[in-house]
Amino acid sequence: LSRIGDELYLEPTGSGLSLRAVNSSRSAFASFLFAPLFFQLYEPGSAGPDTELFRCKVHMKSFLGVFRSLPSLEKSVGKCLILLKPRASRLVLQLHCKYGVTKTHNLAFQECERLQAVFDIQRCASRLCAPARVLAEAVVHFPLTLAEVTLGTGPGGKISLRNYVEDEAGESCRVRGPPHLGVPFSPPPTPFPPPEPSKTMVTELWLAEDEFQSVTVAPGSHITFCLKEFRGLLSFAEASNLPLTIHFDEPGRPVIFTLDDTVLEVHLVLATLSDAESNSQSPSTNGVSHLPAPSDDFADDLESYMAAMETSEGCSEGRPSPTFPLHIPRPAKSKHEEEEEEEEEEEDGAVPGTPPHKKFRSLFFGSVMTPGRPGPATTQEVLAEDSDGES
Amino acid sequence: MPFSAQPPASGESYALSASLDNARHLSSLLRAVHFQDHATCLATAGGLRVTVEDAKCIQANAFIQAEIFQEFSIQEESVIFRISLSVLLDCLTIFGTSSLPGISTALRMCYRGYGYPLMLFLEEGGVVTVCKINTQEPEELLDFDFCSTKVVNKIILQSEGLREAFAELDMTSEVLQITMSPDKPYFRLSTFGNAGSAHLDYPRDSDLMEAFHCNQTQTNRYKISLLKPSTKALALSCKVSIRTDAQGFLSLQYMIRNEDGQICFVEYYCCPDENITEAEL
Repeated sequence: LSRIGDELYLEPTGSGLSLRAVNSSRSAFASFLFAPLFFQLYEPGSAGPDTELFRCKVHMKSFLGVFRSLPSLEKSVGKCLILLKPRASRLVLQLHCKYGVTKTHNLAFQECERLQAVFDIQRCASRLCAPARVLAEAVVHFPLTLAEVTLGTGPGGKISLRNYVEDEAGESCRVRGPPHLGVPFSPPPTPFPPPEPSKTMVTELWLAEDEFQSVTVAPGSHITFCLKEFRGLLSFAEASNLPLTIHFDEPGRPVIFTLDDTVLEVHLVLATLSDAESNSQSPSTNGVSHLPAPSDDFADDLESYMAAMETSEGCSEGRPSPTFPLHIPRPAKSKHEEEEEEEEEEEDGAVPGTPPHKKFRSLFFGSVMTPGRPGPATTQEVLAEDSDGES
Repeated sequence: MPFSAQPPASGESYALSASLDNARHLSSLLRAVHFQDHATCLATAGGLRVTVEDAKCIQANAFIQAEIFQEFSIQEESVIFRISLSVLLDCLTIFGTSSLPGISTALRMCYRGYGYPLMLFLEEGGVVTVCKINTQEPEELLDFDFCSTKVVNKIILQSEGLREAFAELDMTSEVLQITMSPDKPYFRLSTFGNAGSAHLDYPRDSDLMEAFHCNQTQTNRYKISLLKPSTKALALSCKVSIRTDAQGFLSLQYMIRNEDGQICFVEYYCCPDENITEAEL
C-alpha cells in the first residue's frame, strides 16, 4: 500500500477491516480487506442509525514505523492489538513482545470520508488468472524505470506484455523526467525529427495460455497501465503465494487486479491509457511499433474517453498535442461529485516527456473530502513558471 | 604477543606505561563513549578512566581496570590529561577494525608526564606503528554526586531486551521519558514524536529483569539526543543498571564482557530536561 499512497485509510466494516490507499493522481487505488477470521478478535464497534462505523486515515510512514523491522517482529512479537479511539483522537497499536514487554504506539489520525474507487469486475470482458510467480518472472524483464506496460491478447490465445512507447512527440519510453507539475505546455523549442522506431528499445514478452490458470479474454484486447503500482502488489502476491487475477476491459476502463484468500481480499485498481494511439500499439504488430499519425477521429474517441471519466480531481487536457484531443470539456460529473472542479488550470498531460500517469484518467471515486476542508486543491495551478522554459 | 621492541630506554621514567596484548579491549570500550571529540583520561593505580562530556548535561565514563592490562605501571598517584578521542581511536585501530580470530593488535602506551604527548606503539603481524598524540590541559569535569545512598529507584535489566528499543527510538521526539515505579507500568520508556507517542513497558516480573528496586514513582525526561549515544555501550554490554536519584539524575551502568571474558564498565550520567511538562500517557 505504501507503493501507492502516502496515507493509509482504515475502515472497519462488518465484513472485516479494510486498509486502503490511493495515489495522488487518483489513478491507482488498492484495498486489503481482512476478514474477521483473520484476527483473534475483531470488534468493529457499532454503527448507530445515524452514525457509520468510524474510519480514519493515518500517515503511511507513521504506521509503517510501528512495524519497522520485519525479521525482529517475527522473532519477538507475540500479538498486536489495534484500537481506534475516536474520542482520544488516537489510533493505538500495541505490540505484545516476548519477555512480557509491551510496545504501545499512539498515532494521530485524521477523519476521512470513505475511500472507494468505482469499478465493476462484472463489466470486465477479459480475465486472466496466473500464479504470481509467472507474472513476476515476466515483469522482471522490464527495466525498473519503465513506467507503463501494455498487456494484450494475441493469436493462439497468447498473452503479451510489452513496454509502452510514447507517441511521436518523441519520448522514448525509457526517458522519463520528473513530473512537470503545472508547467504550461509550449511547443518544443527545436523541432525534433520523429524518433526512428529502430532507436527505441522495445521489449515484448509472450506468455502461452497454459501458463495461466484461466484465460477468458476478448480477442484483440489490450490495456496499458502503470507498472510501478502493479509491482507492489506483485511482491505481496508472491510472498503470500496467491494467484493473481487480472480483470480488464477496453482501454480507458480501469484494470482490476485481485488476490483472493479465505481471510483476505485484495483489490488493486489502476487506470488504463485510453488513447487513439494505443489502438495502433496492438501487440499483434510484428516487430517495432509504428508511430501513428495523429488521429482525426477525435470526436469518437472523445466520447468513450469521456464516458470513462468521473473524476473528483480531474485532469483536464486543455493543451494541444499531436495525438491527444485538442480540448476536453469538463468531465461529466457523477453523482459522487460534490465539489467543484476549479480546473482552470491546464494539465500538462500532453507535454512531451510528461510522465504517463498524467495521461491516465483519474479513477472513479467517491468523495474523499475531509469535512470542513475545501475541495482537493488544484495542485496543478501554475504559481511560478519553470524558469527553464523547456518543453 | 607481548610487545618488546621499541619502548624507550630504561633510564627514562614514565608517569604512565601500560601494555595490552589486544588493543581491542581498549578501543571497543572507548568507542562506547565516543560522542564528542575530546576526552579526559585519568590513570590511577586502579586503572584507566576515560571521560567524555557534552552540554554540561551528560557524562560518560569508560573504566579499564589495571588487571585488564598485561602491564600497568604508574609513577605518580594519578595522571590526568585531555586528548583527542577521535585521534586516539584512529591510532588504536590503525591496522583496521575487522576482528579476525587469532589476529590482534598489541599496544604499548607511554606517557612521560604533564606537557608530554601520549606515545602509542602498535604492532600487528610484525608491522610496527608509532603514534604520538598531543595532550592538553584537563578541563574540570562534572560531578553528578551520584552515590548509592541517594538512589531512589534502581533496576537491572539484561541488555538484550533494551538494545532493539534504543536502536529504534523515535528520534523525532525531543525527549526520552523514563518512568520507574513500584506499580504499573513499573518501567516505561516513552517518546513523543511526529507520528505520535510511543511507550515501551517492561513488567517487573519479566525474564529480562534481573533486579527491581523501585520505591517511588518517578517520571523524568531527558534529551534524547544526549542519550542516544549510549546505544553503543548498550550494544556491547550484557547487563545494564538504571538508577535515578531524588533530583531525577539518571545513571546508566553497562557491564561489558570483552573477548577474553573480562569485565569492564561504562557508565552514563544524565541530567533531567528542565522543561518538564505533563507527560502524555
